Amino acid sequence: MADKTPFSIVGKPLPKVDAWAKCAGETIYADDLNLPRMLYGKLLRSPHPHAIIKRMDTRRARALPGVHAVITGEDLPIKFGILPVSQDEEALAREKVRYIGDPVAAVAAVDEETAEEALKLIDVEYEPLPAITSIDEALAQSENRIHEYNKVGNIQKAVALEFGDVEEGFAEADYIREDIFFYQGSTHLPMEQHAAVAAYGPDGKLTLWSSTQTPHYVHRALAKVLEMPPSHIRVIATPVGGGFGGKSDPFSHEIVAAKLSMLTGRPVKITLTREEVFYAHRGRHPVLMWVKTGVKRDGAITAMHFKTFLDGGAYGSYGVASTYYTGALQTVTYKIPRYKFEGMRVFTNKPPCGPKRGHGTPQPRYALEVHLDKIAEDLGLDPVDMRRRHLVDENSLTVNWLRITTCSLKACIDKVIEASGFRQKFRRLPFGKGVGFACSSYLSGAGLPIYWNHMPHSGVQIKIDRGGGVAVFCGSIDIGQGSDSILAYVVAEILGIRPEDIRVVTADTDLTPVDLGSYSSRVTVMTGNAAMEAAEKLKDLLLTVAGEKLEVPKNRLVAVDRRIFDAEDPERSISFVEAVQLAEARFGTLGSVGSYKPPESPGKYKGSGVGPSPSYSYTACVAQVDVDPETGLVTVEKIWIAHDIGRSINPLLVEGQVEGSVYMGLGEALMEEQVFRKGLHKIPSMLEYKSPTTLEMCDVETFIIEKPDPHGPFGAKEVGQGPLLPVPPAVANAVYDAVGVRIDEVPITPEKVLKALEAKARGEDGRYGPSRIPDVAFPAPTTVDVPPEWQPAIVAEGTS
Amino acid sequence: MLRLPPFTYYAPARIEDAVKILADYGPDAMVVAGGTDLYPNMKRRQFEPKIIVGLRQIRELHRINGDAKTGVTIGACVTLAEVSQHPAILASYRGLARAAGLVANPQIRHMGTLGGNLCVDTRCNYYDQTLFWRQALGYCLKKDGAICPVAPGSQRCWAVTSTDTAPVIIALRATLRLVSPRGERLVAASDFYRDDGIHYLNKEADEILTEILLPPIDGLKTTYWKLRRRGSFDFPVLGVAVALAQEGERCRDVRIVTGGVNSRPMEMTEAERILIGERITPDLIERVAQAVYRPVKALDNTDFVPLYRKKMAPVFVKRALRELLGWPIQETPDGHTSAAG
Amino acid sequence: MDKQLITLRVNGEVHELAIPVHKTLLEVLREDLHLTGTKHGCELGECGTCTVLVDGQPVLSCLALAVEWQHRDIVTVEGLADGPRPHPLQQAFAELGAAQCGYCIPGTLLTAKALLDHNPRPTRQEIKEALSGNLCRCTGYIKIIEAVERAAQRMAAQTAFAESAAR
Repeated sequence: MADKTPFSIVGKPLPKVDAWAKCAGETIYADDLNLPRMLYGKLLRSPHPHAIIKRMDTRRARALPGVHAVITGEDLPIKFGILPVSQDEEALAREKVRYIGDPVAAVAAVDEETAEEALKLIDVEYEPLPAITSIDEALAQSENRIHEYNKVGNIQKAVALEFGDVEEGFAEADYIREDIFFYQGSTHLPMEQHAAVAAYGPDGKLTLWSSTQTPHYVHRALAKVLEMPPSHIRVIATPVGGGFGGKSDPFSHEIVAAKLSMLTGRPVKITLTREEVFYAHRGRHPVLMWVKTGVKRDGAITAMHFKTFLDGGAYGSYGVASTYYTGALQTVTYKIPRYKFEGMRVFTNKPPCGPKRGHGTPQPRYALEVHLDKIAEDLGLDPVDMRRRHLVDENSLTVNWLRITTCSLKACIDKVIEASGFRQKFRRLPFGKGVGFACSSYLSGAGLPIYWNHMPHSGVQIKIDRGGGVAVFCGSIDIGQGSDSILAYVVAEILGIRPEDIRVVTADTDLTPVDLGSYSSRVTVMTGNAAMEAAEKLKDLLLTVAGEKLEVPKNRLVAVDRRIFDAEDPERSISFVEAVQLAEARFGTLGSVGSYKPPESPGKYKGSGVGPSPSYSYTACVAQVDVDPETGLVTVEKIWIAHDIGRSINPLLVEGQVEGSVYMGLGEALMEEQVFRKGLHKIPSMLEYKSPTTLEMCDVETFIIEKPDPHGPFGAKEVGQGPLLPVPPAVANAVYDAVGVRIDEVPITPEKVLKALEAKARGEDGRYGPSRIPDVAFPAPTTVDVPPEWQPAIVAEGTS
Repeated sequence: MLRLPPFTYYAPARIEDAVKILADYGPDAMVVAGGTDLYPNMKRRQFEPKIIVGLRQIRELHRINGDAKTGVTIGACVTLAEVSQHPAILASYRGLARAAGLVANPQIRHMGTLGGNLCVDTRCNYYDQTLFWRQALGYCLKKDGAICPVAPGSQRCWAVTSTDTAPVIIALRATLRLVSPRGERLVAASDFYRDDGIHYLNKEADEILTEILLPPIDGLKTTYWKLRRRGSFDFPVLGVAVALAQEGERCRDVRIVTGGVNSRPMEMTEAERILIGERITPDLIERVAQAVYRPVKALDNTDFVPLYRKKMAPVFVKRALRELLGWPIQETPDGHTSAAG
Repeated sequence: MDKQLITLRVNGEVHELAIPVHKTLLEVLREDLHLTGTKHGCELGECGTCTVLVDGQPVLSCLALAVEWQHRDIVTVEGLADGPRPHPLQQAFAELGAAQCGYCIPGTLLTAKALLDHNPRPTRQEIKEALSGNLCRCTGYIKIIEAVERAAQRMAAQTAFAESAAR
């Protein structure tokens, strides 16, 4: 790519700052820690999906030689949870267990084998209760309650929002279509199993090292449950060996390790087994969806009504937010003048679902993009043109009050359509081959924090050493996406030095300012902005002294390549180190801080907290597939994908995130399923939970579309999650193009394709998917006044 | 970290010594070759032998001798990678090389052996689970339980044969050499397997499989087709081995053997009878393929829904035969062909 | 519990250890030799994360008994570099962003080394086949495959240079 930017670091394909350690095997992940006198902890888990704990006796376990502590729920009675509205988890269940795998007791012993032996000696008497394992069962068995704190039966949350009068919108439509879809649950399957090491010292202070995406929230949960002042707790997030949302909650094993260390006075390590990681879960919600859309003849949407039913599992986790997310982002791609959303999350006796890459949005995006594909065909419209004609405007508000800043979706569409030869292939390839198209959008960081406060979402401190070394401190945690590197690139760019001159210190609640965590694709935008602010303050000091020394006005000075020089006379320059020393002599010890808080959202209704973001990324995708009509086997041959990143701070990392998102999207589209039989996980192993290998991964052609966004550092927007979203619907649409059957249920397995083909051959509907949604009443919708541009009169003018 | 239960380990250098240790310890002892099947099972506590007899040190078990004319003898500890790459096997017993090369993944093929794969434990997703999981289930007939959760009304275990190489070995009419304190015996590969998920081998606990004897190839062409979700890692949930000898346009001999369904590899004798001696036509191939549908039994205890696996058996048989005949694998209106599984 | 005195040769260094015989090579490397560069993802042979080289071939250390692999030449990720110089694979992986979370990378690097040692100019399909036993959840394998290709080119160039220099 030709270098057209004025930057020396930003936009360059530099190695990540942690690349060398990771490739040398030197990176220390949580389970690699080994402290003197360390004990090993193990959790006893419930073998019942739903049961009352009648009695527990730990005496035999305590008596086993090598066992140092045994604890139960009585030792940790305070409840916690990631969201303030659903503090429904216990580190060890006290009265009741709610899924197979729910922890009930824990042991610390000299080694893992002894701890394992001790677990067998803990006697627990359960009184099994009927297990609720599906959305239908949860709704039908309203007396058999999994929790007591929610209002009705097993409905954790039911929301209903209406923006404008949708019935009026449907009345204006030339064509109305309804569809039902199901998106199966899946899990993150990070290669690294969760692990935590706790060390409680005689000074009464606790340190926890953990593989977590959210050290700040873990810090808060520990303080709450352990009833300790946060100032006496230090949480260090170790480099995370894969997160994808699965390490974003405070977990039982973290709290238990801490408690066991406090009781024994020795460090305690707990590493989950792979099977336990499947039970810890917090993955993609299974979601049943119904969508009804009214359109004009040209495909302009007049109204949309969307219903979602989320199978939440046994605890709240992020579920309330997930529920809102299944309805929030439908509006940010195509113009929707009237919109109604009804969403419901139910409790079931299965491991809790939570945020997985795309958090609550891949499911409705799949439904929406397949639904639109069907509408285009019904109307005889080109599916690309239909979408492209009705894209949201830049610098506009959606009907549900989300603020769109930049949107380069049109450029993304044009890129993939051209590169893939879509127009020459669509409906023209031989039977068995097909292409499919879909678009999507995702947020660049949640506009609001998880707990209500007015403080920044991200903070950065910088200190400069006399030798020119720069240390950047930030609470963010690198989960592989490259957030440590982004801090180095941003600061290096501004100070005019190299990333290798910078030491990045992150994710340590004692040493680093708060960053809320690696979730919601927030880190580049928020830490980047905070780092820019801190670096600019220091740069100002350096330019001040440099200007004085060189007798050049400050605004003519440029900092590049470890020098500060006069833009009009580059020979007039001083080195970065010299400037640093002059500045320290002049101003004292050099340091600065920066922080970032997203702009306030214009939406003021209840529920408006989920969806707002400083900016939205956009993605367009074409999938080409081969479908074997005799076996139903779907082979994705190639994906073309264009992503509106705003500005790419490092194209290598952007491509890596796009490719990884495509991979995870393909896994969900084709084979991954978190499934249960009577509440028991059917396949909690790496062998039977099907994660695609090199042989299933297709070629990916990635296009990075850059148009700087005013809210991002150097104009950057997100890339970690958005590119997953269009992949499943593009594949589904391509399967239809290939063999003429609609698979309205993810994953698109050979069995389903074959069934649909057989149905079609019998003259029936060539479709596989759900046919009904639960007959359940949602609350009366909160009707929200729409932004001025969506007031009916203006809409009418706009479309006339 | 999942760990192995404690045991005592012997690594004899001679078959006689291995046999003696087995005889001495009886059912407490198990043999191990590559370890890629036994050790995971032990970590999940499906087996907890007190004694492990490692065969790796026994040199003679690592040899491959012979050629296509006289027959090839393969030591039981020859790795699957070696089988899949050996020139004589690749040239003349291609179906075996292919089956061995499709087992699990490259690492496991470097560790796992042909003997181990032929003896691989039958699999079932109610059984191949950790102790915790099986306890939550209430156990199963194959280990610690009283009923088979796959078919609770039945009196037997429905765990599935999961060896990739056995169907080919049977199709080749290979013979296996077993050594025990009572001496050695030769058993036809087809007689080595039993239709029982628990006692799935006709092999006594103190017998060691030492050699696989492939007969002269005698004009047979062989192939193996495998159904699984991914191109790597996964066990077969349907395997089809076909050996075919032609005489002009006629079929002189054919053997069709399935794996990955039922509890043992099954020779599809009815389908074979339709083909043997006949002039081979696409229609006849279609009839042959349909004849395998009925005998294939697939239950809900592996990946893929059972009916799908059953439906794929005729498709795979047809494709395997077409491949051996040098015909396009798949006939579609536009002549579109798909690659081998 | 049976302990046995064993001799392991790891990255060219000989270690004498007294270990329980049921310990896997993975456990001995990580817990007794503190070579934590070898990672684990399932301990059942289902992910490839714990791959090490034994006599130049990739094997799963979680399914290898340490006692069974004595006196063999074991190489872990810590033994890849040539002193302070990264192996060309490490160099290429770092340059191309092939390591995201990095957790699968040690096993992947070693599998890739075995491939290039036996087949210095593999095709893309051969690389995919060789790495099909190493799961990665971050990268979609694309940057990994590109890095193997880049390393192969460089190693071939180095070999050619060394050969021409020797002539």
